[in-house]
Amino acid sequence: MQMIIANRLLDGRVVFMDDSGGWVNDIADGSLLVSQQDAAEQLTAAQQAVEENEVVDPYLIDVSADGGRRRPVQVRERIRAFGPSVGLVPQGHGGV
Amino acid sequence: MYRYDEFDHKLVAERARQFRRQVKRRLSGELTEDQFKPLRLMNGLYMQLHAYMLRVNVPYGSLSSRQLRKFAHIARTYDRDFGHFTTRQNIQFNWIKLEEVPDILEELAEVEVTAIQSSGNCVRNITSDHYAGRARDELADPRVYCELLRQYTILNPDFSYLPRKFKIALTGSPRDRAAVALHDIGLRMHRNEAGEIGFEVLVGGGQGRTPFIAHTIRDWLAPEHLLSYVESILRVYNMYGRRDNMHKARIKIIVNQMGIDRYRELVEADWEQIKDSVLKVPQAEVDRINAYFAPPEYECLADIPDELNDVRARIPEFDQWMAANVAEHRVPGYSIVNLSLKAPGLPPGDMTADTMDAVADLADRYSLDEIRVNHRQNLSFVDVRQRDLFTLWKELKLLDLATPNIQSVSDIICCPGLDYCNLANSRSIPVAQDLSRHFVDVDHLALVGDFTINISGCMNACGHHHVGNIGILGVNKRGKEYFQLTLGGSSDENAALGDRLGRALPQGQVPAAVETIVDTYLAIRLDGERFLDTYRRVGIEPFREAVYSPVQARAVA
Repeated sequence: MQMIIANRLLDGRVVFMDDSGGWVNDIADGSLLVSQQDAAEQLTAAQQAVEENEVVDPYLIDVSADGGRRRPVQVRERIRAFGPSVGLVPQGHGGV
Repeated sequence: MYRYDEFDHKLVAERARQFRRQVKRRLSGELTEDQFKPLRLMNGLYMQLHAYMLRVNVPYGSLSSRQLRKFAHIARTYDRDFGHFTTRQNIQFNWIKLEEVPDILEELAEVEVTAIQSSGNCVRNITSDHYAGRARDELADPRVYCELLRQYTILNPDFSYLPRKFKIALTGSPRDRAAVALHDIGLRMHRNEAGEIGFEVLVGGGQGRTPFIAHTIRDWLAPEHLLSYVESILRVYNMYGRRDNMHKARIKIIVNQMGIDRYRELVEADWEQIKDSVLKVPQAEVDRINAYFAPPEYECLADIPDELNDVRARIPEFDQWMAANVAEHRVPGYSIVNLSLKAPGLPPGDMTADTMDAVADLADRYSLDEIRVNHRQNLSFVDVRQRDLFTLWKELKLLDLATPNIQSVSDIICCPGLDYCNLANSRSIPVAQDLSRHFVDVDHLALVGDFTINISGCMNACGHHHVGNIGILGVNKRGKEYFQLTLGGSSDENAALGDRLGRALPQGQVPAAVETIVDTYLAIRLDGERFLDTYRRVGIEPFREAVYSPVQARAVA
């Protein structure tokens, strides 16, 4: 299975394309593409979103959905989907 | 402390306004991403894995407390409450929104800081010794010449579209703390036979996928010829540098392909034409800039070794910190204090907004308002009265900035890696965290002594892995992260590239492998030998055998 991932132009945040051709922050809300044809069609739509200055650099990623939870296959895409593995904000130095 | 002149103020303000218009045109679609990318890069703005990243220059590593407070404000207002100090004396903000960048640039301009040329195929932020102007072994303050070069190269059309990025570093001390031999141009101050101060000029050093130690192109250059000689090096590079293949476009490739002798011939021939031109630096200009870097007014004090030794004898923890983190100052009664941003488990170089504010307050009280950033991703207070050392130590401890580990096994250089960086192929920060949690015994750190571990998440080598005593390079093998170790690298005045130890290891085996290397060194070192000395004496085999012997392999598996 595949999904379309991209960065939103305005703030650079990671987004996924959903069933209606919009862009969502949560991988759970994105469109899961089963067939090659669906993937190709949505990639074309994503390229259109680039033309329309919504996102930059969209591409297809492989996703597994064991137990209903979507998980990108590649570690790089998992980090993009779920954030840095070292925590979003460092705990900071003690005493502050 | 360096300050802007009227030209800088005008230029920086205009540049911020220009970028505001460029962002507007990008958001309206007037500019495509391909058209916009080189414009944003020239203002230090990257697209990373999760968001835009803004890289801000800290010129020659010198910051005022006011500037550091501004970084705290930027982190708090526009980012997620933290910033990351890099190996080029810069700071990066990881969670920036494109639409807010013009506001950020204007805020930075208020405190005379910019992101201009922190990226792109131009002359990047010029780096220097973080002890510049304060080191006891220094011949002269190198920042004057950094500034001269910056003024000449910034937005200079001849150097704005080079074949590839171009990095220059200077040191005024025989002890190289600025890794100058790993730069496109490195400048080392020394005296000629007549006793005059000038520069040894090195060219063609660099890391990345094809690392080289720089070659000496000229043994001694009079400072008045600095601009013309650098110009000639850049002109030859502009002429011969490859633009067809970005992996072969750095000056190091050309210098090493044609050979340093041929490159020198070309540079010297060009230089003959321009050395006595308008590029000859008038002493009056050097004096003018020098005044900007004038040292602060020091009190007339004496060194107080007896008093300090007394406290050190009573408080071992303070003694360990003094030994590891405090350096000599050129002025009696003062010391240089290094703030470790490498407390166990913290991402190297990261600092929260609150800590930045707290450090700025401490700099006001204890360091004549100045902070330095160094290429090992730590900060320094360069003007601390020795009688304040004990009080400052207690303050720094409260902030977790007093780990006594400068230049030790847990003082790790680490790039952002795959947790943030678009180029990385493996995570580097978790490896640094594992190692810093592994080496927490400060007595052991002191026993091991002078040691550098540098980690990069890909072959671009932002984490300087080639020149770590132990270098750790993240690689991706069939979708999995592995780590390739190198030994014997060094970025000092006897710079060397590390040698590959053996097959890459999974992350979980890295701490044990590093410990094995450290233990092997401790077992075979002779009196007074640093790791590097032992390594150069015995070579790689004892370490390779220790890490990859069958027994050890089982132990780490």
